[in-house]
Amino acid sequence: MSVFLQSNLGIAILTLLESLAIIVPLLLGVAYLTWFERKVMGAIQLRKGPNVVGPFGLWQPFADAIKMLFKETIFPAGADKVLFTIAPMITFGLAVVAWAVIPVNDHWAVANINVGILYLFAISSLGVYGIIIAGWASNSKYAFLGALRSAAQMVSYEVSMGFVIVTVLICVGSLNLNDIVLAQRHIWFAIPLLPLFVIFFISGLAETNRAPFDLAEGETEIVAGFFVEYSAMTFALFFLGEYANMILISAMTTTLFLGGWLSPIPFAPFTLIPGVFWFLLKILVCLFVFVWVRATLPRFRYDQIMSLGWKVFLPISLVWLVLTAGFLEIFGMLPHA
Amino acid sequence: MIQNLLFDLFSFILLGSAAMVVTSRNPVHAVLFLILAFINAAALFLLAGAEFLAMVLVIVYVGAVAVLFLFVVMMLDVNFAVLREGFQRYAPIGALVALILFVELALFVTGSTIAPGAAAARLFPTPDNITNSQALGSLIYTNYLVLFQLSGIILLVAMIGAIVLTHRDRKRAKRQNLDIQHARLPVETLTMVSAKLGAGAAMPQPKKETL
Repeated sequence: MSVFLQSNLGIAILTLLESLAIIVPLLLGVAYLTWFERKVMGAIQLRKGPNVVGPFGLWQPFADAIKMLFKETIFPAGADKVLFTIAPMITFGLAVVAWAVIPVNDHWAVANINVGILYLFAISSLGVYGIIIAGWASNSKYAFLGALRSAAQMVSYEVSMGFVIVTVLICVGSLNLNDIVLAQRHIWFAIPLLPLFVIFFISGLAETNRAPFDLAEGETEIVAGFFVEYSAMTFALFFLGEYANMILISAMTTTLFLGGWLSPIPFAPFTLIPGVFWFLLKILVCLFVFVWVRATLPRFRYDQIMSLGWKVFLPISLVWLVLTAGFLEIFGMLPHA
Repeated sequence: MIQNLLFDLFSFILLGSAAMVVTSRNPVHAVLFLILAFINAAALFLLAGAEFLAMVLVIVYVGAVAVLFLFVVMMLDVNFAVLREGFQRYAPIGALVALILFVELALFVTGSTIAPGAAAARLFPTPDNITNSQALGSLIYTNYLVLFQLSGIILLVAMIGAIVLTHRDRKRAKRQNLDIQHARLPVETLTMVSAKLGAGAAMPQPKKETL
């Protein structure tokens, strides 16, 4: 058996199974995140949310999916058909492939690579292409405006996100996500690096084009932004991609700042609970904040988004990076690999 | 075995998309093929064991440079008929350059190894037990610190130059000043007037001009 697992075919089959073990729960999670969001927003706005299809409206995501499948995909006149179809695939595909490196428990990742955090950063920086291509291929003014807005916004917030990640890396001394979590055994990075934690989370909201930074959609001004021309499954892929990206950003926040799979209460009965449980619980808390923010805050004005990114977050994260490096150097706490 | 197959796959896509960059008629398609070529080059870096370079290639070129490139190309109003007019005129020069490149490539490929001892003569071979991002980092920040800082300064100068060249002071643009807005009091902007029925009231002028 072990010989078979070492062979090329064995490795291929094993990787396939591992990928399935990540993708299937992820898709279910995305489906039920839509249900979760509608329930939580319903509670915040004193409504009931979905409650007709199945007990507590639990079959609602499947009803929605079947409805989407039976609708017609409409190509707008003058659209670039190939790019128009590829764009939603890119958005959704990127949200899924990023999960290859996320450790859900100690050494439980499909690929435990040395440059894990750079891989995540690279994949999230590619996310903008799905939106730009969709906006351009639709051959529509509103879609193009939405695409331009979101491209500028995502590029801007990536800069400060990068500095936040670098600060965390200075404290860890490794680019490996497993090491990053293990470095938080004594204290989660959210506590000593609290301002950066806040910046990272808000930049995450901007990266995923979520409220209050959902200017790319802006339904009151540019109808629905970059996916105004999309219908049926192509629309559904964008929709699912947005939710998958929310889960991904929550997982990144959990890994970088909230101690990943580590138990928040470090003694006996709690440390016995498997790490996957704590990991999922932390992701759920982050997602709840995502929904909470959406139901509470009004949308930003475009120039305010830009000035927040470039004039507030970038200087703060830059100064905090230098301060952290100086502090660790003076007190001899720099990790030496 | 798998690695050889993957190398063939990525190189084929890389060469194919590079060819499409120069042949595709739509400039936006050309940029998208360029991005595909970048991603496949990153995959080849990965196969060569240079994982740090691969990720940085994707982050810098695909994630930032190519996005701006795509931006510009999408905003341009390119007229294909005008572009194709020059083709006849420049074809001989293009053919000459292509010929020179082809001859050089042929010499390079047929002449086997040009520098046989290159691998052994490397100044800093990657040590065995550390990751290549660590090796790269310690080299750049100890042996080549001055050069690294200098290249940073050159980039800074280029950036300032670009800003100076393109920045124009738009006098008519209205800017929001949050400090002035926050410091504003109700007395300065609000006046309560009791209007007589049917007669109205004269509008009092605000005490001072505020944004």
